[in-house]
Amino acid sequence: MNAPSPAETGYNFAYLDEQTKRMIRRAILKAIAIPGYQVPFASREMPMPYGWGTGGVQVTAAVIGPDDVLKVIDQGSDDTTNAVSIRKFFAKTAGVATTTRTAEATVIQTRHRIPETPLSEGQILVYQVPIPEPLRFLEPRETETRKLHALADYGLMHVKLYEDIARHGHIATTYDYPVEVAGRYVMNPSPTPKFDNPKMHRSPALQLFGAGREKRIYAVPPYTDVVSLDFEDHPFEVQRFEKPCALCAATGVYLDEVVLDDRGGRMFVCSDSDYCASRRDAGHRGEMAGDALPAGQS
Amino acid sequence: MSELPLLSARDLGKLYGARIGCEAVSFDIHEGEVLAVVGESGSGKSTLLKLLSTELAPTSGTIRYRMRDGVTRDLFALTEAERRFLLRTDWGFVRQDAREGLRMSVSAGGNVGERLMAVGERHYGRIRGTALDWLGRVEIETDRIDDLPRDFSGGMRQRLQIARNLVTHPRLVFMDEPTSGLDVSVQARLLDLVRGLVAEMGLAVIIVTHDLAVARLLSHRIMVMRHGRVIEQGLTDQVLDDPREAYTQLLVSSVLAA
Repeated sequence: MNAPSPAETGYNFAYLDEQTKRMIRRAILKAIAIPGYQVPFASREMPMPYGWGTGGVQVTAAVIGPDDVLKVIDQGSDDTTNAVSIRKFFAKTAGVATTTRTAEATVIQTRHRIPETPLSEGQILVYQVPIPEPLRFLEPRETETRKLHALADYGLMHVKLYEDIARHGHIATTYDYPVEVAGRYVMNPSPTPKFDNPKMHRSPALQLFGAGREKRIYAVPPYTDVVSLDFEDHPFEVQRFEKPCALCAATGVYLDEVVLDDRGGRMFVCSDSDYCASRRDAGHRGEMAGDALPAGQS
Repeated sequence: MSELPLLSARDLGKLYGARIGCEAVSFDIHEGEVLAVVGESGSGKSTLLKLLSTELAPTSGTIRYRMRDGVTRDLFALTEAERRFLLRTDWGFVRQDAREGLRMSVSAGGNVGERLMAVGERHYGRIRGTALDWLGRVEIETDRIDDLPRDFSGGMRQRLQIARNLVTHPRLVFMDEPTSGLDVSVQARLLDLVRGLVAEMGLAVIIVTHDLAVARLLSHRIMVMRHGRVIEQGLTDQVLDDPREAYTQLLVSSVLAA
């Protein structure tokens, strides 16, 4: 697809000006060279509020080209406000093709989830990160956290996990679960459920993280070790679900709880809407999947 | 125990601009020895302690320290990583205000276990076992292990601070007015505890205090500071019972007899 000219849309390709994109690309290259290290960058104001993915959008704008195919997910879903508006944003400002199919996308911007369909080489996963600093809630001083990273002084992270076990009997951190990247830097995986942490380990896709408000970019290059922190006698575990997805009967995937009524009715469905839909298309039926109506009825 | 001093300071000085923090301080300390630094407010005690614990860089002079491997090194020639490692393994620092020395939002067990985790302990059961043992040694009921220090009394906080510092079996502990702000009976109990631990573990302690009674109870040797200089030093009993300097005489005579 040919990129629309700035004259047609009123925007430079992918919204940001070329100098800004070069600046962000330099930060990204440095981040890839030092896996897990938070690279400061001159985050710009974007036409959306902080917390809506301003960091992710800037990273996506810097790496996307006219031939890329973009997928945007929010909590695993392609259809929520955040996902729809960011997809439209790039369709308008960059004229790129968009998709909801994980396998067809070359750039996937995500908030909270890693797709269930395994990623492949050549794909880029862009995370929207609210708080990039894993040590922030333990050590409020930025000067001190930088020093702790520089000296790989990460005992504090384990103090946090210790507190979890002391209070709850198990490690109760379920999202934004800290990981060690390439045996060196401790990193926040953004608020993804810890269920997705193992997918980051030696992933063939390039993973980029952008925090707009905090002005940080970090990265996990393809095939990099990503290890979740734990104790020898309390090893890292992912969430387990008792039932399969109520719509597509998938097991071993991350499920969302949906409250159905005010009498305790609820269902568990795939959080990855694309994965769920493609399974249903392939004929898998969960216990609550309805039957398609005959043509003509509604 | 070695013949060589554990730590030796030579001609140590710190200027704050033109103002003198402390000046020409020299002393040695050996393992198992308790050295008290006394003097009025502003006499340079705290500056000296900050220099010794490498929190501040001196304007002049050197501090040499015999590391665990037996090699004596200049403290200010160590790398930042080495200094931090020293601070949380071989040294302890008991602060006057427990809020500075503890993590108030982390449970007692987490506070004691932090140093262990910082040096690479990754077994929850062992960390907890060690924490329980140390809480017992500083006379904190073991069922308080999961409580936050902010729910502790002042005396308990100080004892927790001591446990947190001693868990890695340091050889040198700095104490900055550890008993001020505590009432007299709690003070006595804390001093008793410290004295027991010092003897048991063969600790070297440098304690800063303005309370001569604390110095007499705990320390073997004493340094009296005034206007940033050491004006008198010697064995504690000798200095307190037979002060040579006029200022020391004044200090000693100003203590109210109970």
